[in-house]
Amino acid sequence: MIPIQHYLLVGAALFSIGLAIAVTKRHFIGILLGIELMLNAVNINLVAFSRHDPEKLSGQLFSLFVIVVAAAEVTVALGIILRVYGRFKTVDPDDVSELKK
Amino acid sequence: MESAAFYGFSVLSIVAAFFILFSRNLIYAAFALFLTFLGVAALYVLAGADFLGVAQIMIYVGGILVLLIFGIMLTHKADKRDDPSAHNKVEILVKREIWGFLLGTGFFVFLSQIIFSSEFKMAGNSINSKSTIKTIGVELMTSHLLPFEIAAILLLVALIGAAYLALNRNPAS
Repeated sequence: MIPIQHYLLVGAALFSIGLAIAVTKRHFIGILLGIELMLNAVNINLVAFSRHDPEKLSGQLFSLFVIVVAAAEVTVALGIILRVYGRFKTVDPDDVSELKK
Repeated sequence: MESAAFYGFSVLSIVAAFFILFSRNLIYAAFALFLTFLGVAALYVLAGADFLGVAQIMIYVGGILVLLIFGIMLTHKADKRDDPSAHNKVEILVKREIWGFLLGTGFFVFLSQIIFSSEFKMAGNSINSKSTIKTIGVELMTSHLLPFEIAAILLLVALIGAAYLALNRNPAS
């Protein structure tokens, strides 16, 4: 049986990479990819701990709800990105700075 | 055998995640995200969550990833140059790269220090090989009924909101 620390380390690595992606990419959809990666990394932790809870499976249920919220978030984010692209003709978040002026 | 599969799939997902981080082409990054999701689904199955593995493949790979690729294509600026490597480029500022590297490695070192210094005492007996679908179904319909209904409302609201946002209100364009 795999020790739980290894699951947690994989989750931590994926979360850090997702964080770096969300910070570095200069594209709305690139940022969205990073956020999806972070949500998945969190789910790995929940599932790994849920391995020791076979009667109630609280961790697996929680990660199921995380997946649902991620799906809802992506649809709304893509709708907003399409509106922003239609208005500003750019996908760079640095260029959408009309409120600063 | 189990540990070989575990380490193989973890390496697959982490390498694919690094590819997303370093790739300048967003379409390639989206396909690398596909590999990462498959690796994570395999990790779910290895941790005894068979239903979640299937749900991960169906929702993320079948739904979210296709949606993301549609988004990339719809926000694609028509580039008349013939250079095929110029499409879907994402420029990255050096300052952002440094900040991303520092944040990522710093957060990873912090988290791994917490993981190594913690000593988990597992109380319950670990999961056996039988399927989790029955337990998940019973729990969803009994003790988690309210979150289940809230998730249903949330999905409906997201559906209506996304359709309203993506509506083309300017018929001339």
